Amino acid sequence: MALIEAVEVTKQFANHLALDRVSISVPGQSIFGLLGPNGAGKTTLIRIINQITGPDSGSLFLNGQRLKPSDVTQIGYLPEERGLYKKMKVGEQVVYFARLKGLSSAEAGRRAKNWFGRLEMDSWWDKKVEELSKGMQQKAQFVSTVLHEPKLLIFDEPFSGFDPVNAGIIKNEILHLRERGATVLFSTHNMSSVEELCDDITLIHKARVILQGRVDEIRSKWAANEYVFTYRGDVTITGEAGYRVLDRTRENGKTVFRIETRTPVSENMLVSELLKMGDILSFNPALPSMNDIFIKVVQSRNETVEA
Amino acid sequence: MTILAPLLMGALIVVPTILMSTEGQEFKKIAVVEDGSDLFRNAIPSTDDMEFTYLGNVDIDDLKNNFSEAGYYGILYISPLVINVPNAVQLISRKQPPLTLVSHISNSLEKEIEKQKLLTYSIENLDEILKSVRTKVILQTIRIDDTGEVKQTSTGVAMVMAYIGGFLMYMLVFIFGSQVMRGVIEEKTSRVVEVLVSSVKPVELMMGKIIGIALVGLTQFLIWIVLTIGVVTVLSQTLLNDGKAKEMAELATPQNIISSDVPVQAAMAQPAAAQQAPNLKELIEVLKTLRNQNWGIILFSFIFYFLTGYLLYASVFAAIGSAVDNETETQQFMLPVTIPIILALMVAMGTMQNPESSLAFWFSIIPLTSPIVMMARLPFEVPYWELALSMGLMVITFLAFVWMAAKIYRTGILMYGKKTSYKELLKWLMYKG
Repeated sequence: MALIEAVEVTKQFANHLALDRVSISVPGQSIFGLLGPNGAGKTTLIRIINQITGPDSGSLFLNGQRLKPSDVTQIGYLPEERGLYKKMKVGEQVVYFARLKGLSSAEAGRRAKNWFGRLEMDSWWDKKVEELSKGMQQKAQFVSTVLHEPKLLIFDEPFSGFDPVNAGIIKNEILHLRERGATVLFSTHNMSSVEELCDDITLIHKARVILQGRVDEIRSKWAANEYVFTYRGDVTITGEAGYRVLDRTRENGKTVFRIETRTPVSENMLVSELLKMGDILSFNPALPSMNDIFIKVVQSRNETVEA
Repeated sequence: MTILAPLLMGALIVVPTILMSTEGQEFKKIAVVEDGSDLFRNAIPSTDDMEFTYLGNVDIDDLKNNFSEAGYYGILYISPLVINVPNAVQLISRKQPPLTLVSHISNSLEKEIEKQKLLTYSIENLDEILKSVRTKVILQTIRIDDTGEVKQTSTGVAMVMAYIGGFLMYMLVFIFGSQVMRGVIEEKTSRVVEVLVSSVKPVELMMGKIIGIALVGLTQFLIWIVLTIGVVTVLSQTLLNDGKAKEMAELATPQNIISSDVPVQAAMAQPAAAQQAPNLKELIEVLKTLRNQNWGIILFSFIFYFLTGYLLYASVFAAIGSAVDNETETQQFMLPVTIPIILALMVAMGTMQNPESSLAFWFSIIPLTSPIVMMARLPFEVPYWELALSMGLMVITFLAFVWMAAKIYRTGILMYGKKTSYKELLKWLMYKG
């Protein structure tokens, strides 16, 4: 069942339409990616789910029940524009935010100590926020978002501002949170993290949903008839009838070919055909990256809009 | 700052007093030389810190050369011509003599000469006549209300109270109000605000900020008052503990004065006694006025106007803070807020001169200025219906302002990087949901 569901949500600002009948359905205990170019309406949708602003029309459901003001305690939100009180101590601040979400002071303190230990932040507890680097502040913010163990976690661009090491740590924590039952909704421009993390995505462009579904399904659907073959040694293949070579690289005594078939073919047929040329080390259908799909979908949409 | 401020304020009150009292500490001996006559032998009384030694007719040139060695601060040379020639007196000294010394000498001489001149008319019992002639007038202002009850008042005291009331209101509203604005800007620029509004409603956040700062401010204010009074008392008692201060303090206790209406009658019978206590009589007037003020109304009004006035202005300040990206951008919105406050303060000052004017009336009814102006009018007694009207309008207006401010605030806090215009603010007011 969908943990959070938005149905036909529309939001009009003074001079532009931010969301046009957008519907999403986020399955429980999954990671859901909300994608789209800048200004597509992602942040507006996220703010509506957080009840920071209200929709003009449409409805929202949490666990099948209409979303109500008290549900904010079930949601943890890490906004894109995030900050902490600069003069306040890190530990106190994390506890303060958790208490705003309804945790008792003692419980919040206990959990915060726990998290600080996990993420190797113990020594920061009594430091003022302004003494921390940007990456450290981001980590503290992450902790304050998850501390009240919400059912739904919403991250807006969670990896911006993190170095690769810390981004990796946060990625693992997000996966870990899903394992423990949380549902994660996150918006990002970083497509490689979508491939790594997301189960489902929705692509919003110009206030509308233009692509929606499971990541693996979308990728195989968008797969052109492309395959990658790796041969041992120096091999030359020529484009026979039925396929053509897109690319050929040679390295470490291996040759890698990327080919495209003219029509969909049986993979067994293709392999047996190509086995004649040499020893095949590996064979893969080349799935398009989310990045390619993103660009293709958005561009084609722009063209149709302009046409 | 919380602790330091009262210390500074205490110092501000006490230090000048100490300076004034220590100035005369150096003991001065003055030689009085009179050329040829013997008119001023006892004319100049010695005081705590000056002593006048009458040397009579001595050689002034000799003395000029060695008066310092003889232990004198200076020589007062009086020529008999002084009765007709005002500048026939000289004070010769090495240093510039202090004003207290100079005025003491000239006052004493003037009195003596006046006496001498009167004596030449050979009037019998001159001393008694002079004593009974000397008078001082203290105008008692008495107010009669509709029931015919008589109240004694002092316009001076009412003015001081009006000033304190109006000014205090101005300070509190303005200082705390702009603190709210800075707080909102801080939350906006540090981007804490979006995290906060995902947990609490923007209106709650705004009201929390406004109420929180009011409580912090009042606590600090209370500490200041208590500490300032404490510092002043301690300093004045340790540093000025000669007999006089104590005497004054004893005289000034309300019980002493209020319990005895005696001095007034006594003054009639014993003119001399009355003359000795003119300060005391003024003090009585002050205390009577203070006692006759309707403290219940004043205190209630102060709290009422402080709360509503503060809520009104603080919510406007919060709205401004939410609409801008940094403090320098607040300028364009500050003017319309500052003008009514400054105007109110100016009218409040005028109110003290003429509390019944129609200007004072209207400004104490109009909600944006009424907290300050009405506080200034209250010591002069305001009809209850005016007070009720002013308060009623105030409540309506502050509710309207809080409501409007909340709408602007809700949109403003999440708006970045755009310079906000008044037109924009109006649009935000219209947004729903």
